[in-house]
Amino acid sequence: MASLTASPQSAPLTPRPSASATVRIEPPRSFFELRLREVWAYRELLYFFVWRDVKIRYKQTAIGVLWVILQPVLNMLVFTLFFGRLAKLPSDGLPYPVFYFAALIPWTYFATSLTSTTNVVVESQNLITKVYFPRLILPISSVLSSLVDFAIGFVVLAIFCFAYGILPTLTALWLPVLLLLALFTALGVGLWLSALNALYRDVRYVIPFIISFWMFASPVAYASSLVPARWRWLYGLNPMAGVIDGFRWAITGRGHAPGLLLLASASAVVLVLLGGVFFFNRMETSIADRV
Amino acid sequence: MTAPVIHGEYLSKRYRRGLIVDPGLRHALEKFVRSPLATLRRPKAEMFWALKDVSLDVHEGEVLGLIGRNGAGKTTLLKILSRITRPTEGWAEIHGRVGSLLEVGTGFHPELTGRENTFLSGAILGMSKAEIARKFDEIVAFAELEKFIDTPVKHYSSGMYVRLAFAVAAHLEPEILLVDEVLAVGDINFQKKCLGRMGDVARAGRTVVLVSHQLNQIRRLCQRVLWIDDGRVRQDGPTHEVVSAYESAMSRSLSAAAGDSHNAQHRGSSKASFISWEIAEPRSDNPYVLTEIAPTAVKFVLRLAEPIHNGHHGVALFTADRQIVWGWAADGLELEAGDIELTSTFPMLPLRPGPYQWQVSIWEDEELLDMWDCTPEMTIATEVHQHRLDEWNGIMNLPSRFTAKALQNRVPERTRTP
Repeated sequence: MASLTASPQSAPLTPRPSASATVRIEPPRSFFELRLREVWAYRELLYFFVWRDVKIRYKQTAIGVLWVILQPVLNMLVFTLFFGRLAKLPSDGLPYPVFYFAALIPWTYFATSLTSTTNVVVESQNLITKVYFPRLILPISSVLSSLVDFAIGFVVLAIFCFAYGILPTLTALWLPVLLLLALFTALGVGLWLSALNALYRDVRYVIPFIISFWMFASPVAYASSLVPARWRWLYGLNPMAGVIDGFRWAITGRGHAPGLLLLASASAVVLVLLGGVFFFNRMETSIADRV
Repeated sequence: MTAPVIHGEYLSKRYRRGLIVDPGLRHALEKFVRSPLATLRRPKAEMFWALKDVSLDVHEGEVLGLIGRNGAGKTTLLKILSRITRPTEGWAEIHGRVGSLLEVGTGFHPELTGRENTFLSGAILGMSKAEIARKFDEIVAFAELEKFIDTPVKHYSSGMYVRLAFAVAAHLEPEILLVDEVLAVGDINFQKKCLGRMGDVARAGRTVVLVSHQLNQIRRLCQRVLWIDDGRVRQDGPTHEVVSAYESAMSRSLSAAAGDSHNAQHRGSSKASFISWEIAEPRSDNPYVLTEIAPTAVKFVLRLAEPIHNGHHGVALFTADRQIVWGWAADGLELEAGDIELTSTFPMLPLRPGPYQWQVSIWEDEELLDMWDCTPEMTIATEVHQHRLDEWNGIMNLPSRFTAKALQNRVPERTRTP
């Protein structure tokens, strides 16, 4: 694909006042290019996409923000009632509302990001067929704009913790790392799914199943201590397991650091993300012809 | 001449015919389950070339028009040059910042206000935030939407929507502008304004590649035209030549489609037959193309086996759709045997550019000896002296002069002198 780098070998024969960029247009050739530099060149458009998503989402003012809070709060109430009070699942010594809410905030971020990332290419088909920009910035803008919801939910979580007398400790410094891990997981998997969705529209119907299945494969409704220790490393291949366990630990400062689990998660994410970028870029060449 | 800012070689694009809608994942899985190996092989779908071996050079400051029938490949070429889709074969190199306008209102969102959409659409079309902020007032003034700029565009009328969308697009100032048929929007006054703006862009020395079906727009804006037919370059040259050739081809295929075979009516008798015709004056490279509104002489060559007494010679000029434009007959001709030049002269032929056909006949007394629908057709490719919009163009292409003056001791009144 054409890169935005000025290439010296194709310098114009005669000096042109403002021939700043030379673009080469070719059939798709190389399989393994990340083309992240081009994404960087289009960072302003990325900003505008995020800005647009956030603007549109909160256009209905109070109601929009309320939903962002209501969704995890209602989930938390349901979980507390059924998994906590009725099933009496262990919560590693945390009050149930905090235990569930601390998991639901990163989980909700992940779930919304994954859904919007999967759909973003198909939903932007009008743009894709009419104007050029590196398609990679579409899924990136999706995971970034969901961060606003996350921030609002996080404030509510902080209020919750405070109400239960749980004050932040130094472990809270790990939160950005964990959030980043959740973001890359959503992006990595989302890249695969959004490219597939452009080819097979069925993918969007599969998404709700993937998400609810994934939630039960992650320690959202239960503590990861329920998983036998010898299977823990395998469990860690689910990056969200490390993220959610880590979130509980980082927020409350209680329990143990999810060291090995997190390491396994991080390596899994790197693989999924790199694979996702390659796959997406490969599909990108034909996306405009297929959506 | 400077090096080309757009250089393309053998650009080709292959599409699968009809298979735009994917059969879906279920189908793919089913196929995989039934014959796992077959899915690994390339599917034998019917392919076609939307574009084949198109090479082009566009120089700095040049305004190149792309014409051709629907589906000929013009838009595909534009999409390749604007990097929306990649060529299957061939390559191109573009020097400079490219802006492409394939539709009006790219990236507009109904929930956002005019102001927000201006920034969003501007960014999508390739403007920087600072650039949009700098031109913002100018854009709003151009769209004449000062009062509504903070209203969500979903409340706009379609005219307002288009005006804002075009205003944003019109203020895009890339070094190379690729435009697809977007001028055919809005009311006539706004179209005029947009055309004026396009003209400014072209005069500012920027390179423009323009797809349009409005041939008058092409004539007005472009210096050079590329005629694309069936995915290939059919003709590449100065605007009037290519546009005229395109027009005659279109009208020929129209009349052929209508089953009209008036070209086959040439049935010379043993005594007399017309053998050729040409525009004797003004002279140009092509004797069948009239390029000037000036004294014109048209010459027909008649071959006579025997002398003719009391001959009549008829001359008539037809439009491509067989409307008669002019007819005349000369009587009482006494002609020797041999090749005779019959020449008709006119002070000028001020006709709308396009294809025309002469019809000549020779009679002796009441007997028709030969009648010929002259081939090739005559193409008129003169400068246009009419309204810039096609719908206000008539058959006459007359240079005119306009004055307005106040009459003495009267209420001022406009007069028109042709």
